[in-house]
Amino acid sequence: MSLFSVFDTAGSALSAQSIRLNTISSNLANLDTVASSPEEAYKARYPVFSAVLDGMNNNASAVRVDRIAEGTAPPKRELMPSHPMADADGFIYSADISAVDEMANMLSASRSYQSNVEAMNTTKQMLLQTLNLGK
Amino acid sequence: MSFIDQSFGISPQVLSLREQRFKMIAGNLANSDTPGYKAVDLQFEQVLARSNKDIAMKGTQPGHQGVLFNNSSSLAKTMYRVPTQPTIDGNTVESSIEHSEFMKNAIRYQASLGFLDSRIQGLRKALRSE
Repeated sequence: MSLFSVFDTAGSALSAQSIRLNTISSNLANLDTVASSPEEAYKARYPVFSAVLDGMNNNASAVRVDRIAEGTAPPKRELMPSHPMADADGFIYSADISAVDEMANMLSASRSYQSNVEAMNTTKQMLLQTLNLGK
Repeated sequence: MSFIDQSFGISPQVLSLREQRFKMIAGNLANSDTPGYKAVDLQFEQVLARSNKDIAMKGTQPGHQGVLFNNSSSLAKTMYRVPTQPTIDGNTVESSIEHSEFMKNAIRYQASLGFLDSRIQGLRKALRSE
């Protein structure tokens, strides 16, 4: 029953997408996190996906998260001398994350998640029907 | 035994090819957000046309790969999908197309299952002593 491997494939996608959702929520949560220096400022996290190729026929058998990359955009600098976190010159630093980008990313992740769940459901039905063959 | 095998016709092979295709489309769906991933699909109709002619494919050299239905994966041709819309990251998976192909494949799988089922029912009826 090679149909079972569809569950592995779709399952790997589910976990990859949930990691993606996790990083998105982390980025959104830290939208307004401030720091006293550019180094300490929060950096956006993005998962890097890569296809796991099946050794035999070079087709994708799964997807995996290669690593979690940090955003390369320099942190935003704001002049806020009265802020408790302000540095000697009165600046605070925060990550340059666009909430709109993150929301769009989130929608894409949840759509992908859905479509993989759907694939799993269809496969489950097929398997059940196969098991009922000849009854 | 071979009589029973024969009476099932092509349906078991079709099912196994459909399963392979399920795997491929699931792989495409799983990688719908992987940069640079190219969607693949099985040239199913070609394989079927070939298998309709004659199932056996002769190996004339010791290094030849197996017969179509013993090792169908090696002969079923995998092709890259041609995307209708280009993407920035080079990914060619279009989830709407993959979805419709997945569903089509599911329905055809069901059809083959139905054929196989009725063959089995027919055989049972023939074997029953009434």
